[in-house]
Amino acid sequence: MSVAVQPRQRVATLPRLLPPAGADASLGAHIERYGHLPGLRGEGRALISAVEASGLRGRGGAGFPTHLKLAAVAAGRSPIVVANGIEGEPASHKDSLLMQINPHLVLDGAAAAAACVGARTIVIAVNRSATSAHASLAGAIAERAGAGSHAQFELVTPPDRFVAGEETALVQWLNGGPAKPAFVPPRPYERGVRGRPTLVQNVETLANIALIARHGPDWFRELGSESEPGSMLVTLGGAVGRPGITELESALPLRAALERSGDSDGAARAVLVGGYFGAWVPLVSALDAPLSEAGLRPLGVSLGARSLTVLPHATCGVVETARLAAYLAGESAGQCGPCVFGLRAIADAIGSIAACEPGANDALRRLRGVAPQVTGRGACAHPNGATRLVASALTVFRDEFAHHVAGHCTARSFEPVLPIPAGRAEWR
Amino acid sequence: MSRRATHLRVNPIRCDAFGHCAELLPELISLDEWGYPIIAEGPVPHGLQQEARRAVSLCPRLALLIEQRDADSA
Repeated sequence: MSVAVQPRQRVATLPRLLPPAGADASLGAHIERYGHLPGLRGEGRALISAVEASGLRGRGGAGFPTHLKLAAVAAGRSPIVVANGIEGEPASHKDSLLMQINPHLVLDGAAAAAACVGARTIVIAVNRSATSAHASLAGAIAERAGAGSHAQFELVTPPDRFVAGEETALVQWLNGGPAKPAFVPPRPYERGVRGRPTLVQNVETLANIALIARHGPDWFRELGSESEPGSMLVTLGGAVGRPGITELESALPLRAALERSGDSDGAARAVLVGGYFGAWVPLVSALDAPLSEAGLRPLGVSLGARSLTVLPHATCGVVETARLAAYLAGESAGQCGPCVFGLRAIADAIGSIAACEPGANDALRRLRGVAPQVTGRGACAHPNGATRLVASALTVFRDEFAHHVAGHCTARSFEPVLPIPAGRAEWR
Repeated sequence: MSRRATHLRVNPIRCDAFGHCAELLPELISLDEWGYPIIAEGPVPHGLQQEARRAVSLCPRLALLIEQRDADSA
C-alpha cells in the first residue's frame, strides 16, 4: 500500500502534533519537519483501512472511531469535508493552538480525509474570536496556492457559542441558518452541507490522519494504549504548575500529566475532567486513572474535549459550579423546552445555594429534583452535559453544599478559576 | 431479519408544549412541570398502536413521531 511508504522519521516520542514554541510554521519548514504527504489519488480506500488499523478515534469529544465516519461519507455521492476547529468550550484551546502553530498539518489532514471520501470541497471552520489561528491558516492556504496546489480550501468563522461546534449546528450555520443543533436524522454524513454527505471531523483528528498517511498505523500505535492509541492534546488549567496546552501520550495517568506540568497545588481536592461538558472527580481517586475513555469510565467521567482543570484548595466548588451552571443555561440554543426551562431552574437553584441565601435547603431539593426531568430531552446533548456537571458537584462537594445550606461558605478565595466569556455572541 | 418495534419520539425543537399527546395517550406520555412530554421507555405495546398513531396525527406542531427500531436496539 503506497500510503504506508517508508517512514521518514520513526520516533515514538512526543511531540507529534505540536512543534516547539516559536517554530517556523511555513510550508518549507513543514515539509522539512514531516516530509511530503504521499500521493493519495486512488488511495482513498487504502487510507481508510490504514486509519482503521491505527485505531484512531475522534479528538473532538465524542471519541467515535474515525474510519467508520470516513467509510460512511465515502459511500455517498459528491461529499464535502468540514474540518471542525470550533471550540465552544471556554476551558479548551487545543484546536485553536494546533491550527495556529501547525496549520499545514491540519490542511494535510483535511486533504487526506478528502481523498478518503472523494470530496473536492474542504471547508475549515475556526472560531470567530480565534484570530491568530485564522491568520495562520489563511497564510498557509495562500502559500499552498502559490506553490501550485489545486486543493480548494474555504475558511469560515462561525460565531462563538458553546454549542456551535456540535456537528449539526455547524452544518446548519454553513447552510445559512443559526449555529444551533438540529434534530437528527438526517445526520451530516447522510445529508449535510448543501444537502450533500458531509464529513465533519475535528482538526486534531485530521492532523493525526495526515501523520498516519505518512508513517502508517504501526507507527501511530507506538504511543498510547491498545484501545486508544496515539497522542492527545490536553488543555490543563487551574491549580497546575504550568496551565496551558500540552501533548501527551494517550492513557497517561493523570498523576504523570500533572507532574510534567510542574508543581501543582498539593492540597487541591477536585479536578474537572472533560471541561464544562464533563464532571468533577475527587483528585485522590483520579490521580492513578489513565487519561483515556476506558481508564476514566470506572470514575463515571469522559475525557470529552480533553480539558482538565484542578480546583485550587482555597476555592469553593459550589461557587465555581454555580458560575458554570449560569453560563451553560445562557448558552442553551433556546430551541427545546426542557433545556430552556430546566437549565434555568438548575442555575437558579445552585445560584441561590452558592449565595447562601435563606431557603437554600429547598433549593437543594429542587436541584436534585430537576435534573431527571432534563437529561436526554434536548435535540442535542447540551442539557445532559449541564445536568451531569451539577450532579457530579452534588457528590464531590457534598460537604460544601452542607456548609452553604447552613449559611456559610468555607472558601478563602473567590477569584474565578474556570473561564467564562464576557457577554454573549450572536448565533449567525 | 431483525424484528422491528414501534417507538414514540418527540422532536423537542418542534414541540411547544400543547400537551395534546399526554391527554390522548396518558398510558405512555406524561408532562414535565413545564408541560413538555416525557415518553415512557420501551416500544409501544400492541394494544396502544392505534392510539399512538392518533396522538401523532393530532399534534398541532407535528412534533410527535413514530419510529420503527430494531427490537434489540431498544
